[in-house]
Amino acid sequence: MGLKLIASLRAPRKLNRSFTVSFLLFVLLALFGSFMALPLIYAINNAFKPLDELFIFPPRFFVKNPTFDNFFDLVAIMGNSWVPLSRYITNTLLITLIGTAGHIIFASAAAYPLAKYRFLGSKSLFSIVVLALMFSGHVTATPNYMVMSWLGWINTHASIIVPALAFPLGLFLMKQFMEQIPDALLEAAKIDGANEYRIYWTIVMPNVKPAWLTLLILQFPALWGTDGGSFIYSENLKTLHYALGQIVQGGIARAGVGAAVALILMIVPITLFVISQSSVIQTMATSGMKE
Amino acid sequence: MQTETSKQTVQGSIRPVKSSKMSQILSELKKNKHYYFLMSPYMIIFFTFTVIPVVFSLLLSFFYFNMLEFPRFVGWQNYSRLFLNDDVFMIALKNTFLFAVVTGPLSYIACFIFAWIINELSPKVRAFMTLVFYAPSISGNVFFIWLIVFSGDSYGYLNGFLMKVGFILEPIQWLQDEKYILPIVMIVQLWLSLGTSFLAFIAGLQTIDRSLIEAAAVDGIRNRWQELWFITLPSMRPQLMFGAVMQITASFAVADISIALAGFPSVNYAAHTIVTHLMDYGTIRFEMGYASAIATVLFGIMIGTNLLTQKLLRKVGE
Repeated sequence: MGLKLIASLRAPRKLNRSFTVSFLLFVLLALFGSFMALPLIYAINNAFKPLDELFIFPPRFFVKNPTFDNFFDLVAIMGNSWVPLSRYITNTLLITLIGTAGHIIFASAAAYPLAKYRFLGSKSLFSIVVLALMFSGHVTATPNYMVMSWLGWINTHASIIVPALAFPLGLFLMKQFMEQIPDALLEAAKIDGANEYRIYWTIVMPNVKPAWLTLLILQFPALWGTDGGSFIYSENLKTLHYALGQIVQGGIARAGVGAAVALILMIVPITLFVISQSSVIQTMATSGMKE
Repeated sequence: MQTETSKQTVQGSIRPVKSSKMSQILSELKKNKHYYFLMSPYMIIFFTFTVIPVVFSLLLSFFYFNMLEFPRFVGWQNYSRLFLNDDVFMIALKNTFLFAVVTGPLSYIACFIFAWIINELSPKVRAFMTLVFYAPSISGNVFFIWLIVFSGDSYGYLNGFLMKVGFILEPIQWLQDEKYILPIVMIVQLWLSLGTSFLAFIAGLQTIDRSLIEAAAVDGIRNRWQELWFITLPSMRPQLMFGAVMQITASFAVADISIALAGFPSVNYAAHTIVTHLMDYGTIRFEMGYASAIATVLFGIMIGTNLLTQKLLRKVGE
């Protein structure tokens, strides 16, 4: 029975595989898999725990009497507060949707010429983007703050959305993926009289759908989880993640509500990934760096 | 200037060399104007918020600037203060390198090994296991769950468990004790680190040419380890290089997790990193010149390590 199960888990037609080693490797995978999954399962369970189960000693992992109380409490608490919960949700959605959609459009528009044509500056521009992959956004945080204040964007959503539009990883992955589009397809469209913008919008874009989803899955969680950083200080412009921070800081009495918000925050990106997984893998296959 | 004179002297005879080069560039620009136009929205934002700030930060690191007074040139003073007079920076530097040396290679190897084992599974199980390993990195800020695990009172998961089995008699202050802070932040960082490179490896493994593996089996590859070394790794070199960049950059940029778990500043700066030091000066003390010097050092470390690693990885399988 056990052997059959393991045999059914294996992909068929692999050469030179010893069963013992496969078994040991799968055990290793299962062990680390549970290390990865347990905190998330625990987070889900916590959101449905009634107060007495949250503070039971010794702590219990799974919920015994699941309840939606925490979610009702969340609505109740936020309903009484100065800024309603819906406001935080709207802010987060606004930032995430504009930031993600704009990023996909801008990055693909820039990736198309870089992937398909050689022209003055194309190579060096792409090298700069690759170089930008090699350092994190923290390096530019200080001057960015000054740029924002000169632009007058401090305390606006633009300070979060606009820099996110030119996230270098998105352009890199998009360009690598676009290189696969056959040149003949573009030539044919040109002969038919289509201009570059038409080609980009009606031929290139529909052909790189898997890459859109990949950019979505990379950009979405980052913006969805933003707390506004040092740019936003008005309460009515803050995001859901910031609200979570406030609730958690409210102390242990708010532990259940905090778990409910955490569940809302984590479930959205994970669902998106479940839906888009195969497209993402397809795009990542072209992610390699040329030598 | 030179173009002007040469134009006058040889006017009418032959076309001057310089101006023909200029006009060539101009016509080249004109011919490709659609491409530049398509790229412009992205590039304008990219230059405004990434390229120019890096250059600006480099320049600013030689000034004293507090956002109120006019910047004052101080030469190398910020750097000498950073390396000679700032004990906290030395702690931050040490912690950052500890993070990078431990979590960088470990997370890179973990990404590859798990992707490699997952690739042996049947497609449905593979999709599920990919989700299990990738989910923590996109579940965003759920790492505060670890706060409950490592909570200092007896309600904390780890304390509760250890007390129940009798290992300890009273709860340990995991996140207040210098001994434990750094390893705990590392564990959580590793938990979160199977991200983009992990997906790139999963994808790379799926695209390896099957006929290559079959041919190798005929040629005498006897087990999976030989296949891994002689076929898999060399075929995946581009993805391996991409993954290295992602993991190295992330391992030097540890900050959010450290702040969420250990606080800011952490007890005795036990989890202080270059990035938290940068935040301290850039967003709290507003010593922008000094913060820029810190940022420039961080930039140098990240780029340097990445370029060096690229050079080393190029040798894999050669």
